[in-house]
Amino acid sequence: MPATICARDIRKTYGDLRAVDGVTFDVAPGEFFGILGPNGAGKTTTLEIIEGLREADAGEATVLGLPPWPRNPALLPRIGVQLQASAFFERLTAREQLCTFASLYGVPARRADEMLEVVGLTDKAGTRTEKLSGGQAQRLSLACALVHDPDVVFLDEPTGALDPQARRNLWDVLRAISAEGRTVVLTTHHMDEAETLCERVAIMDHGKVLQIGPPAALIRALDFPNRITVSSGLVTAAEARAGVPGAEVTDDGVTLAIVTRDPAPALGWLADHGALAGLQVRGGTLEDVFLQLTGREYRA
Amino acid sequence: MNAFRSLSRAMFLGFVRDRGAMVFSILIPVIFLVLLGSIYKGSGTPQLSVVEVGKVSLLDQASSRGQLSRILKVTRSSDLGAALNDVRQGDADAVAQQQGNSLVVHYSIADQVTAAVVQTVFASIVQQADEQAAGRPAAFRLTTQQVEDKSLKPIQYLAPGLLGWAIASGATFGAGITLVTWRQNKLLRRLRLAPASTAAVVCARIGISLVIAMVQLAVFLAIATTPYFGLKLTASWWMAIPIVACGTLSFMSIGLLVGSFARTQQAASSIANLIILPMAFLGGAFIPLNFAPRWLQDVSYALPLRYLVVGMQDVMARGDGPASALPAIAILLGTAAVLTLLSVRVFRWDQV
Repeated sequence: MPATICARDIRKTYGDLRAVDGVTFDVAPGEFFGILGPNGAGKTTTLEIIEGLREADAGEATVLGLPPWPRNPALLPRIGVQLQASAFFERLTAREQLCTFASLYGVPARRADEMLEVVGLTDKAGTRTEKLSGGQAQRLSLACALVHDPDVVFLDEPTGALDPQARRNLWDVLRAISAEGRTVVLTTHHMDEAETLCERVAIMDHGKVLQIGPPAALIRALDFPNRITVSSGLVTAAEARAGVPGAEVTDDGVTLAIVTRDPAPALGWLADHGALAGLQVRGGTLEDVFLQLTGREYRA
Repeated sequence: MNAFRSLSRAMFLGFVRDRGAMVFSILIPVIFLVLLGSIYKGSGTPQLSVVEVGKVSLLDQASSRGQLSRILKVTRSSDLGAALNDVRQGDADAVAQQQGNSLVVHYSIADQVTAAVVQTVFASIVQQADEQAAGRPAAFRLTTQQVEDKSLKPIQYLAPGLLGWAIASGATFGAGITLVTWRQNKLLRRLRLAPASTAAVVCARIGISLVIAMVQLAVFLAIATTPYFGLKLTASWWMAIPIVACGTLSFMSIGLLVGSFARTQQAASSIANLIILPMAFLGGAFIPLNFAPRWLQDVSYALPLRYLVVGMQDVMARGDGPASALPAIAILLGTAAVLTLLSVRVFRWDQV
């Protein structure tokens, strides 16, 4: 099956700044694809070129086999876009907002009510958008992007300024959208978000894609050591060092930590000594991948 | 619902729910009209206030007769000193005394026009009394004929002037602030990604501004033509409708240009005010151009507001025919075309 989205060596320069510097990737039909990177990495510009909001200086992008630039009326009804800010008409209620967007796509108002239901805003239908909380506004904005039932959905930092509760809430909605078979492309600077939601991620920095792959595969490829922690006082650090050869063991009085590339013997030994209270096993994360790729701490 | 209708509806709701916009585009101009209309209502019918000290038979005869009684307001006093003081202070225009066959009139030359009127009126009173006393018929007879009065009463320039100002600021702010707000919240980009045409978006915005302008026109006419303010509309007043429509387009293009440059709403509204307020003073919205100094009249020809205001005055109050509005309409449309083309060149989708 041909790729839903193709980006081939796209480039965009603003003055001296190479915002996008040769980005290439494909997104398969129905895939949940993430573009991950710190602020200023070029994620939004990349997305805007693919959506058809900007013209690339060089390279080629297609969506559903069609070029998005110049503004392509054949493509527009098939893509749904949520921009970074909450792009709403002033002083309209949530329902009026959705109905207006629905009519721009020639979709009946009935569909607006369905979408309110999907994003869990039915009880806020009569509330003006200025009065919605950050999470509610973000969900409404998502509903506006989906009201015409597009095949491809672009989300630019959908959980940008949300509190943890609202983020998790939105993640559930995003999973549901993806489960309906749509292709979803999302940009984020949250590593955990990319890790839990995306089937594949492209890690970007300074306008370039550093690596692309499923999050788990990227992490595994790092061969990052596991960090096993249990409560202090069950076994001493010296005992653990003797029992688990080759592991690095520390004890700060609260937590006993065993760092090893081979977790099985360590876990077996801890179990044998009845020392599993407070057990946590942490592998590498996308943050470690980023550190490995750029040689610097990840700062969103 | 098609895109044009739903966009119009969205913008209309956005306007009527915006108390600030309602106050600025309708309420404040109406308050100005009511206040200024009431203040200037009395002016234009001068009366001479004369203090009669002691008995002045000539004055009593005159003030009981015909036309003179309408311009003379006679009060009686026995205190000459106090009466003279009233004239010095400008509280009375003249003091009249009769000493035998001599009529003595005291007046001030602080206001030379009033002074001249006082002298003329009393001279004519004495002359008439002389003629009667001599008992001979007048050798000459004066016949007067009234010409059509083309000078404007206050309400006749206040209503079109303030209405012009209200329409100008409504249209400029409507277009400018909408553009800046939509760019800031990215609605502009979002609409570009919807299959609705740019024409639908632009026409919806123009349509709403035209509706607002027509509401302003209707409210102003309704208030100004009440018996209290007494505006009498002349035959071709309906030509004010196309003038208002073209004025709206013209000032929307100014707003569009402002919105293309300004980055924030505050900046847009400051720039719009900087353009509209001086133009209101210089373009005849607040001060009638007939009374303005020569240089101001010359300046006004460069301001689109002049054509909106004077165009409305001509057809609404001066009784000019429908064709008289055509030059004003052409200039307003020309301004709109030039400024819109200019805006297209400097237009930006994004803040950066």
